[in-house]
Amino acid sequence: MPTVKYIQSDGTEQVVNASAGISVMQAAITNGVPGILAECGGAASCATCHVYVDEAWLGKCGPPGDDENEMLECTASERRPNSRLSCQIELSDELDGLIVRTPETQS
Amino acid sequence: MSRAGVIIVGGGQAGVQTALSLRELGYNRPVTIFNDDGHPPYQRPPLSKAFMTGKLGLEGLYFRNPDFFERSGIFLEADRVEAIDRVAKKVILRSGGSRDYAALVLATGSRNRTLNLPGAELDGVVSLRSLDDAVALRERLATARDIVIIGGGFIGLEFAAVASKAGAQVHVVEAAPRIMGRAVSPDISAYFTRRHIARGTTFSFGDTVLRINGKSGRVVSVETAREATLTADLVLIGVGIVPNVELAHEAGLATDNGIVVDEHLETSDPSISAVGDCAVYPNVFAGSMMRVESVQNAVDHGRTVAARLVGNRYAYASVPWFWSDQGEDKLQIAGISTNGDTRLVQGDPASGRFSVFLFRNNGLACVESVNRVADHMAARNLLKTNRLGRITPDMAQSRNFDLKTFAARETVSA
Repeated sequence: MPTVKYIQSDGTEQVVNASAGISVMQAAITNGVPGILAECGGAASCATCHVYVDEAWLGKCGPPGDDENEMLECTASERRPNSRLSCQIELSDELDGLIVRTPETQS
Repeated sequence: MSRAGVIIVGGGQAGVQTALSLRELGYNRPVTIFNDDGHPPYQRPPLSKAFMTGKLGLEGLYFRNPDFFERSGIFLEADRVEAIDRVAKKVILRSGGSRDYAALVLATGSRNRTLNLPGAELDGVVSLRSLDDAVALRERLATARDIVIIGGGFIGLEFAAVASKAGAQVHVVEAAPRIMGRAVSPDISAYFTRRHIARGTTFSFGDTVLRINGKSGRVVSVETAREATLTADLVLIGVGIVPNVELAHEAGLATDNGIVVDEHLETSDPSISAVGDCAVYPNVFAGSMMRVESVQNAVDHGRTVAARLVGNRYAYASVPWFWSDQGEDKLQIAGISTNGDTRLVQGDPASGRFSVFLFRNNGLACVESVNRVADHMAARNLLKTNRLGRITPDMAQSRNFDLKTFAARETVSA
């Protein structure tokens, strides 16, 4: 069961135990992690689940898809090279220990 | 006696958002959601999409883990609210008890419109709204071969895309001349019709179902006014919804195709608000009273009412947006599409990536995008900052006009 660490923009940390197969967004939402809104419920339609993936995990998460890449151009907080939409990152045992940071604002 | 707090009737998107926002904003009295759906509160949009394909499991549907609500002091009650006693400020419950409220939020949602058709009661004739509906439909889809969908709206078409991919032969019967006619421009209807046909789905337009035929209690075919008899072992009826206004109406609140509220989402009783699908309110983007069936509307209504209940009163004016995934195609709408007077297609529909610009009074009012995410997001940003209307048809027709570039440039110069 992979764990994910979410770090808020104010430095607050929260670690969540999640099932493999669900998204980084879903793990945050069901556990009430603040800083991720996910208004569209994971359809890559709203860009309110923006996260910054910890540099050490970038390779394992892979690059954004085409739609996601365009959505990332429109996030409320600045896009960085490690920006992803958390609804598009599927958790697996390989991502056990993943660290993501949430931006200051999502909307 | 415990302190009266906020009572929310309905555990859908709007009701749950109201509760979550109340807690985020520091509201410290009791918050109770009455939800008689039989499940923890869940999201409906995936029911016809990712949940139907099996890509998303039950766990992915819930808004929050049930223990999160408990930890947050949001009480989920499976009881049903039968009546409102506005004088005593309490709700009367099916179980016989009652509960006091300081503020009451009606998030009663809607139910599927039914068709009074001979044969509508046959086994194999279904509709889709609840999680139970979706679970049952998914099971039936596994063995269905010939599916007739009555109504070419979002639910029917999203299901059509899933069902044709699963190998079923799908036929859609639509009473209007085009699909999604109440919600999108003719260009979008035409594109999606072509795409569904390419997946093997067939259509009847301007046709209505007369009766559904059965054998041994099971559906076998559908008869329409114009077409020959259509073979069917599964019939999905998706002909729109009816807002649940009865509770409000019986309490003496104004209803008119929805529970009537003002720009603060307040009913004529200042202690009672209505949010989401069931609320008809002055929509600033439409310039008229409107009832909107979308996640965005539900979420932003919930936030607006929660803010007011903690003392931050503002008029609802959130940017309307909507999406529908049908097969590989992503339709996104920013603005209200029904009130345009001129329209322009940006990009080539044949490429599978284009947007339709809808203008009102010479200013851009709504953008419908197909697989053009950047246009959609730019349009939302421009609507939010009141700048979309600066774009005229002439500007949009100039060479190399690009919405995203316009939005970025306007941001710099603003």
